[in-house]
Amino acid sequence: MSFLYFSFGVLAILAIASAIVTIASRNPVRSAFALIFHFFMLAGLYLTLNAQFVAVIQVLVYAGAIMVLVVFVIMLLNLSNEERLSERFDFRKTIAIFFGIAFAIEVVLAIFIPGTFKNNLHPDSVKIGTAQEIGKALYSNFLVPVEVVGILLLVAIIGAIVLAKRKLE
Amino acid sequence: MQTIPLEFYLLLSAVLFVIGAIGVLTRRNAIVVFMSIELMLNSVNLTFVAFSAYMGDIAGQIFVFFIMAVAAGEATIGLAIVLALFRLKQSVYVDEANSLKL
Repeated sequence: MSFLYFSFGVLAILAIASAIVTIASRNPVRSAFALIFHFFMLAGLYLTLNAQFVAVIQVLVYAGAIMVLVVFVIMLLNLSNEERLSERFDFRKTIAIFFGIAFAIEVVLAIFIPGTFKNNLHPDSVKIGTAQEIGKALYSNFLVPVEVVGILLLVAIIGAIVLAKRKLE
Repeated sequence: MQTIPLEFYLLLSAVLFVIGAIGVLTRRNAIVVFMSIELMLNSVNLTFVAFSAYMGDIAGQIFVFFIMAVAAGEATIGLAIVLALFRLKQSVYVDEANSLKL
């Protein structure tokens, strides 16, 4: 039990720290690598929730595919460090502070409202995290959404080719 | 089977979502804005998986896969738009993409 708390604490702190580095770094390449680290930490958090298959797919799809694409585009564009924009920055900062205050209120409410949530993992949680159970659900109850997502990915591929082409003939 | 309370996961995911939202609002680089959106999507995924594990319902984990598929599609389209913007403006700063402004 204490090992679970320890691993959750370490993973959560590293996830928050890498998220902050992602949005605070002036260098886009550093942001991208912090985000990749963040995805690995999230995969570890999924493992503490007995969701093994989601954890593996998280590393494969996000760290393996999406972030490779992002890093590729950053390298292709050869971006320099982002310089601050002083005159228009105040409005954005105001909104950011508003979000921070809203979040602080949310945290206080979440802590002081007596908990109605369950404190224990469901006994079935080990079973439903396996690839077998997820595959069964995907191809029985969720068959139509799977097909629709397939069409969506096809549209995304065609759209990306059309947008990235220099000239349409 | 005593484990971590569900609130811890919800709080962590709220923190990550707000960090992502602040990134979207404060950064100028379109690629970093895009990565902040990925942060927000992932914090929602964490909530889905946490509820799925604590309620014993598989639908939460199925939805994570759909969100990942949509995020992959968004990544390809978003980066293609960034490339097109760079070709047009020689920069990827979102405040310089103001051609439609009156």
